[in-house]
Amino acid sequence: MTVSPHLPLPSGEGRGEGGHALTQPSPEGRGLAPPLPPDTLLSARGLSLRFGPITALDAVDADLWPGEVLAIVGESGSGKTTLLNVLSGRLRPDAGTVSYRDPAGDLHDLHQMPAPALRALHRSDWGFVHQNPRDSLRMRVSAGGNVGERLMAAGSRHYGSIRAAAIDWLQQVEIEPSRIDDMPSTFSGGMLQRLQIARTLVTHPRLVFMDEPTGGLDVSVQARLLDLIRTLVARLGIAVVLVTHDIAAARLLAGRIMVMQGGRVVEQGLTDQVLDDPQHPYTQLLVSSVLQA
Amino acid sequence: MAYVAVKGGERAIAAAHAWLASARRGEPSVPLLQPAQIEQQLGRAVDRVMGEGSLYDRELAALAIQQAQGDLIEAAFLLRAYRTTLPRFLHTEPVETAEMLVLRRISAIFKDLPGGQVLGPTYDYTHRLLDFGQEETPPPPHEAPAEPAPVPPVFGILGREDLVEPDPPRTEEAPGDLTREPLAFPAARDVRLQALARGDEGFLLAMGYSTQRGWGGTHPFVGELRVGEAEVVVTPPELGFPISIGDLVLTECQMVNQFGGSKQAPPQFTRGYGLCFGHAERRAMGMSLVDRAMRAEELGEAVGAPAQNVEFVLYHSDNVEATGFVEHLKLPHYVDFQSELETVRRMRRDAQAAQQQEAAE
Amino acid sequence: MNAGYNFAYLDEQTKRMIRRAILKGVAIPGHQVPFGSREMPLPYGWGTGGIQVTASVLGPDDVLKVIDQGADDTTNAVSIRRFFGRTAGVRTTTRTQEATIIQTRHRIPEAKLREDQIIVYQVPQPEPMVRLEPSRAETKRMHALAEYGLMHVKLYEDITRYGHFATSYDYPVMVNGRYLMAPSPIPAFDNPKLHRMPALQLFGAGREKRIYAVPPYTDVRSLDFEDHAFQPRRAPHACALCGSRSSYLDEVVTDDRGTRMFVCSDTDYCAERVAEGQKEAAE
Repeated sequence: MTVSPHLPLPSGEGRGEGGHALTQPSPEGRGLAPPLPPDTLLSARGLSLRFGPITALDAVDADLWPGEVLAIVGESGSGKTTLLNVLSGRLRPDAGTVSYRDPAGDLHDLHQMPAPALRALHRSDWGFVHQNPRDSLRMRVSAGGNVGERLMAAGSRHYGSIRAAAIDWLQQVEIEPSRIDDMPSTFSGGMLQRLQIARTLVTHPRLVFMDEPTGGLDVSVQARLLDLIRTLVARLGIAVVLVTHDIAAARLLAGRIMVMQGGRVVEQGLTDQVLDDPQHPYTQLLVSSVLQA
Repeated sequence: MAYVAVKGGERAIAAAHAWLASARRGEPSVPLLQPAQIEQQLGRAVDRVMGEGSLYDRELAALAIQQAQGDLIEAAFLLRAYRTTLPRFLHTEPVETAEMLVLRRISAIFKDLPGGQVLGPTYDYTHRLLDFGQEETPPPPHEAPAEPAPVPPVFGILGREDLVEPDPPRTEEAPGDLTREPLAFPAARDVRLQALARGDEGFLLAMGYSTQRGWGGTHPFVGELRVGEAEVVVTPPELGFPISIGDLVLTECQMVNQFGGSKQAPPQFTRGYGLCFGHAERRAMGMSLVDRAMRAEELGEAVGAPAQNVEFVLYHSDNVEATGFVEHLKLPHYVDFQSELETVRRMRRDAQAAQQQEAAE
Repeated sequence: MNAGYNFAYLDEQTKRMIRRAILKGVAIPGHQVPFGSREMPLPYGWGTGGIQVTASVLGPDDVLKVIDQGADDTTNAVSIRRFFGRTAGVRTTTRTQEATIIQTRHRIPEAKLREDQIIVYQVPQPEPMVRLEPSRAETKRMHALAEYGLMHVKLYEDITRYGHFATSYDYPVMVNGRYLMAPSPIPAFDNPKLHRMPALQLFGAGREKRIYAVPPYTDVRSLDFEDHAFQPRRAPHACALCGSRSSYLDEVVTDDRGTRMFVCSDTDYCAERVAEGQKEAAE
């Protein structure tokens, strides 16, 4: 697992003794937004969003480096899913910007991109793994067709190659290649999720957003899936933004972690440091509530 | 038998038309039906054909019904085709239905109200017993009162307490017109209402019914149903001021629906609206139910039922389009079918060959 | 000609509106242009789109041929030809070579068309992806963004399931390298004729209210895979009347024991070949 370089700290309140950053600076203490580091894949500054009277996001910053896994954790209502949707361009914030760095190294303001460009991005360089695989898979198309779709959307026109790529990817996600022509309706929940992953990774995206990828699965199935994700992500050097309420999953997969509560980031830093030595009361609560295996 | 290329399509069609004319006429000893009889005594059929034909002309509608041998969708089609040839001169001013010369006005939400519950000529309370003595004594003609009393609209009462959503604000924009422009989505309410006003009565009835049975829809009440003569006013550019050019008989239905309110808005009643030519209550009521269902998204309600699916409703409401496409299946399709035949034969050959090969191995 | 109706039934303003839509279609080959389709005296689904297009481009000096299933004498072709006879009084013909405008349902004539000809196709369903995605709002977006992956997925599934493409008519094509188009329910066999055709090709869908066009000499390619090429297919027989082994054939059942014969679907083409054959025999 790649270890990310040292994080620049927001100006304002000081840091605690443990060495990792504390809460977001108070509105009074907030000065200029921290500058964008030169080599991040994705950077967000000052993201705010309200749904009527509810504050979903409150001045959230985030950075993601190539090849690293960033977990965003919190209970439901914390704003983590909203943050994921804003970072991936699916939801527009009331304030703040999300900057994406393309393979050529140029920065783009994500929410200013024209719709065709954003859709093209989602089909190639980016991926999105939904909590419910049925939201992404075509249930009346064979497994092979599902895996091959992004290739065909990107212009691939050789049936044999598409099929070979599908077989290869089914193997990589530990689905029997003989099931390539089967309909997803014959697959178990865990298999559907692995099929969704294959379908998403087939175009070698550099960045994948994952929304509770193990939600709704049996505990044993979850463990196998997490292991698979960890292996694939490490081997392919994919950057991942992972939203989960499962602390154990975050610890297994993520190098860095952001803890959210009420739309704000209350604590962030290296996963092991935050989880072993939580500073914020909410983080302490989260960590202590995880059942020890 | 030697095969000769089939000819004689022209003669076959001419013969078919002749037979049709004879079938339409029926027994020569039975008196020929006059359009005036249809117009007077089959008035509800005339009203339906005017509505679905999108043309208010009782004599033409009666003629169409006779020419179509009583097939009302065929008659509506005749009117629509005729309508295409008519030039468009003007738009009217919005019709003031509140000032209608009321034949019938009822409200289900108040026991009594200013203007009263005017039953009018309705089937509602008849007993559906076939009457075998219809030809014997003609009924006495109805005497209309000399001074018709005003019939103020129900929504004036509800509106005073701000209980019901107000009329949408009037704009200067011309309303959309499906007879000139193709349907495009998202479809605004003016275009949706136009599509419903000329939609198939059976379809509107079924869709409205579905909302009552749980497929979308909140509990509806008939706020007001009125039938009567409404004045048509136009402002010709040559004159520059409005003039009345006559009356139309219209049916108007306003449904009142519950609305729980949202974080932004306090609870209020919402409305569904229906308006059509002639005396056509079933159509106006179905229309208002479907109108309300199609507003689900606008009102922040969950959208899932067929009647709430705007694309589904608007694309399938026009019976002239529908019957054309359904009945076109009678046209020769033997060329496309031939392609399918060859494909199926080939697939079966391939499958058999594969089976034989497997058996051999 | 029936007095009381404008030439070719439609008023001039309506024709102008339709021609504007046609011009847009010609300017953007394969793109569906919405138009204010009018109710016609023939039912929707029976060629009103083709009729409106023909009515808008027809002039008094034109020579009109109308075919259905490739034949001039099928009932609907007769009906449409009579309609124009009554409302326009133009010369009509069954000879493809003589026609300046050919309105067709479900076939392209076998004879190669010329630059001075217009072929008008009757289209029941203008949207090539309708069976995969019924929502018009969504397919409109897909066309705008050239997102045709779904169509290729369908072809992939066909190869997987059957070993070849399952669509035998109305086979989707890519026009000018940009728009996915439904060529109308012509047999896949006819698709190659669309490619770089010297004649102007106009497509009218009356009920669905769309017009589209393929200008002369435009690239039109049937969708396929590099390793599974599109192959036009016909019944593997010769025409029992004229002997052609290259024209599209109709299968005709001749008795109640299932005896069948195959004859050209293009009746004009067949009749010409038979006439030439007799002439040769006589010489």
